[in-house]
Amino acid sequence: MTTAKTERLLNLVICLLSTRRPLTKSQIRQAVPQYAAGGSAPAFEAFERMFERDKDELRELGIPIVTSAQDPMFGDELGYRVDRESYALPDVHLEPDELAVVGLASRVWQQASLAGPAALALTKLKALGAPQDDGSLIGLEPRVLTAEPAFDALWAAVRDRRPVQFGYRTSSSTAVAVRTVEPWAVTSWHGRWYLAAHDRDRAAPRVFRLSRVEGEVRTIGEAGEYEVPEGAAARVLAATDMGAASIRGLAHVRVRDGVGQLLRHRAVAVRAGEQPGWSELSVEYDDLEVLVQELVTHGAGVVALDPAPLREAVVRGLRAVIAAAS
Amino acid sequence: MSESATDRLSRLLAMVPWLLAHQGVPLRRAADEFGIAETQLVKDLELLFVCGLPGHMPDDLIEANWEDGVVYLGNADAISRPLRLGVDEALALIVGLRALADVPGLGDRDAVTRALTKLETAAGAAAASADSMRVDLPRDAAADVVSACEDALRHHRRLHLGYLVPHRDETTERDVDPMRLLQLEGHWYLEGWCHRAEAVRMFRLDRVVDVRMLDVDGSPPATARSRDLDAGMFAPGPDDAVVLLRVQARARWVVDYYPTESVEALPDGALLVTMRTADTAWLRQLVLRLGGAARVLDPPGLADEVVASARAALVQYDPVSQPGDTGQGGDPPCRVI
Repeated sequence: MTTAKTERLLNLVICLLSTRRPLTKSQIRQAVPQYAAGGSAPAFEAFERMFERDKDELRELGIPIVTSAQDPMFGDELGYRVDRESYALPDVHLEPDELAVVGLASRVWQQASLAGPAALALTKLKALGAPQDDGSLIGLEPRVLTAEPAFDALWAAVRDRRPVQFGYRTSSSTAVAVRTVEPWAVTSWHGRWYLAAHDRDRAAPRVFRLSRVEGEVRTIGEAGEYEVPEGAAARVLAATDMGAASIRGLAHVRVRDGVGQLLRHRAVAVRAGEQPGWSELSVEYDDLEVLVQELVTHGAGVVALDPAPLREAVVRGLRAVIAAAS
Repeated sequence: MSESATDRLSRLLAMVPWLLAHQGVPLRRAADEFGIAETQLVKDLELLFVCGLPGHMPDDLIEANWEDGVVYLGNADAISRPLRLGVDEALALIVGLRALADVPGLGDRDAVTRALTKLETAAGAAAASADSMRVDLPRDAAADVVSACEDALRHHRRLHLGYLVPHRDETTERDVDPMRLLQLEGHWYLEGWCHRAEAVRMFRLDRVVDVRMLDVDGSPPATARSRDLDAGMFAPGPDDAVVLLRVQARARWVVDYYPTESVEALPDGALLVTMRTADTAWLRQLVLRLGGAARVLDPPGLADEVVASARAALVQYDPVSQPGDTGQGGDPPCRVI
């Protein structure tokens, strides 16, 4: 079945691309053999329905079908064609090193749901005849995963600006609440996907972690139903840990001799400590929480000195470990 | 699996220009390019062969010949140029390139910038949605380490690494034949044949304290196999210790990150997790790191070790009081002090 349909669609594309003048439906029906002939009115109606569906599917693929009045002499009957220039990928002259990095960029999606589009896009660029330099970036796998089941539906909602509803588990509880949002953007950070969106019930922007979306994502409105305020997604993301990544801080820690090799390696300054057997390090950090987690793994080998929030968070974390065990 | 007619059409419309630009390409190579089996490629060619211009007289049809295992295509002028990039296609490449541009030391920065400019222009309106997606690749590795690994891979050279093993807190010296450089779960790793372990190992690049390319061939032994990463980073062995953890709902990510033997959900949303590990040191560190969101139920010795380690650390912050002696009415986890 799909072979017959693919054949019909391909012939339709070729037919519409190769004509200079817009073709009427009757002309198209004659030109594409897979639109079965038949003189009766019901047969023509069946063809019309099929043609309408085909036309929509081709447009969805990005094929620019132009509709225009076919010829004043023929009254107002519409004609159809595809303009070659707007159909074709402009001739991008990629140098071999540029094509190599584009290939690497496509590999970002190797294991993710955009793998298909990424590979096809690369093939299209290669078809433009640029010389290839396949070997140079072998062995590099900067891949991201889209393991979260909600990814496809939420990305489609972002792309189409379509409101959605989904069940969401917050970090502090296990209860699942229904959220109704206008998706703005998705972002992958530290290997996980997040959604920035306008939350309709809370009338405020929110960031959601895709792994906490439970069950189906339902679309509840029309595509293009809302506008994304300029820069809004970036602002709401910047207010989270992801934004904090760009704000580095400097911490001071005391480290026992023989402990904290990695901290020593990263340290911007190392001094002998006041007590023998200890050094004092200055360490830059992106994310306070991540540094806290690293420091507590060393147990009694490391003491956080400042800033105060770091010291407090370390003490809090250690106490929590003891409390949880008792 | 059945492919939709439009998906197949997309492939055919990309295949025709590609084959026209690669006349005489072997079937195998063409099938690989499109990620399909040779039998499917032949089916695609058979389909192209019966399509063509209106009229569909022999002269109107696409010419396709693959008799000698190599493909020649002709008479396909109408579709000889690739269709413009679709939204998802443009986005996948543009977002990918932007992500690469942000990683110090990876790829040729200048080439990335030039390619990005060209693609953004060529994609036109389709490029706009690339602003709605962002991928942050890890930036935890030093640029010189990343580029040394990349160079060694390209030139098939052995690397000498100074590598920190965090759960032993010591630096080790290793010679490694690089196999691939990859990012996973927020970090960069080098996978390679380690001559010290005589096995394939993963090295987290932010733990590489010293790297030097050796003037020695770095091809790994033929027996070296890349690990299947879908199974996760840590492959447990049969002799490993069995550890039982109670993990609170807020730390559920643990079961996504580390291989587990079994996971059982409790009524309050917590999980009972069984793990196997060759070395309980990293588990002790994991439980400390989780700051009360996980508790070791078994073995009791490991549970005691965790608590002892936390107590010993707390003493240094407030030596006067009895640290962590919270008892029944003690501090709830996460209270601000």
